Amino acid sequence: MIGLNHYLVLAGILFAIGLIGVLRRRNLLMLFFSTEIMLNAANVAFAAISNFYNDLSGQMFAFFVIAIAASEVAIGLGLLILVYKKENTLDLDDLASMKG
Amino acid sequence: MFEQIAFYIFSVLTIGLFLVTVFSKNVLYAMTSLASGMVLIAGFFFLVGADFLGVVQLIVYVGAVMALYAFGMMFFNVTKDLKEKTTSNIWVMIVGVSVALLMTLMFGGVVNPEAIYASLPINSNMTNPQAVGMALFTKYLVPFEVAAIMLLIAMIGGIILAGKKMDTSLTNIEDEELQRKDVK
Repeated sequence: MIGLNHYLVLAGILFAIGLIGVLRRRNLLMLFFSTEIMLNAANVAFAAISNFYNDLSGQMFAFFVIAIAASEVAIGLGLLILVYKKENTLDLDDLASMKG
Repeated sequence: MFEQIAFYIFSVLTIGLFLVTVFSKNVLYAMTSLASGMVLIAGFFFLVGADFLGVVQLIVYVGAVMALYAFGMMFFNVTKDLKEKTTSNIWVMIVGVSVALLMTLMFGGVVNPEAIYASLPINSNMTNPQAVGMALFTKYLVPFEVAAIMLLIAMIGGIILAGKKMDTSLTNIEDEELQRKDVK
């Protein structure tokens, strides 16, 4: 039988993948992708807990997470386009303009 | 039985696709694998009985967010592979996995499963979309309205940020700027 722990372990693995992406990549677009992965991992955990404890609150939280993710992408992509127009690159090392 | 088969197939595919997203050098590959991973995540939602959440995941993530990324890619040069210095692999792996483990242990140790009670029990007379609607428009009405305002602000912000100078071609600007840099 698939229990709650299966889903939680899966969510943990997906979250670790997203975290590794955030730490490892230097491209801003890739950082956005990794953030999406982390948000989805949290949503899987929410939905699974909601099912196994017979409680709807987890699903409601997941809805609001999705709403926040959608607005984050809308604003973030707008900023990304502005950065690309200005600097012609999305690489974080090239964008470092505050070296002391 | 079928639940087990579906769970394991979905998990292996999702983990593989997200690994491709994180480690791929090509942005287009990363985006397509992320989109397919999102579809499989919706499969998990259907497995745990969150039907409406699965549908929202398909519409919002796969439909809207990935389409937004695909449109955003038109502004970036994605045909060439990314050349980036990556942080030392081993350290990143160690940090990422240990943070995930730490969080699991933290919550696993602190939360007592017997002490959790359902604050919003699922009513078995209603289908999942009905129950979600009832909860959304009673207990979660204020957060729902706030989320609506937040999405409106995000929409206006996105239009204002990305909509500037939409009438000029980016490739032409690039050429002019390159020439200007050469002159300097």
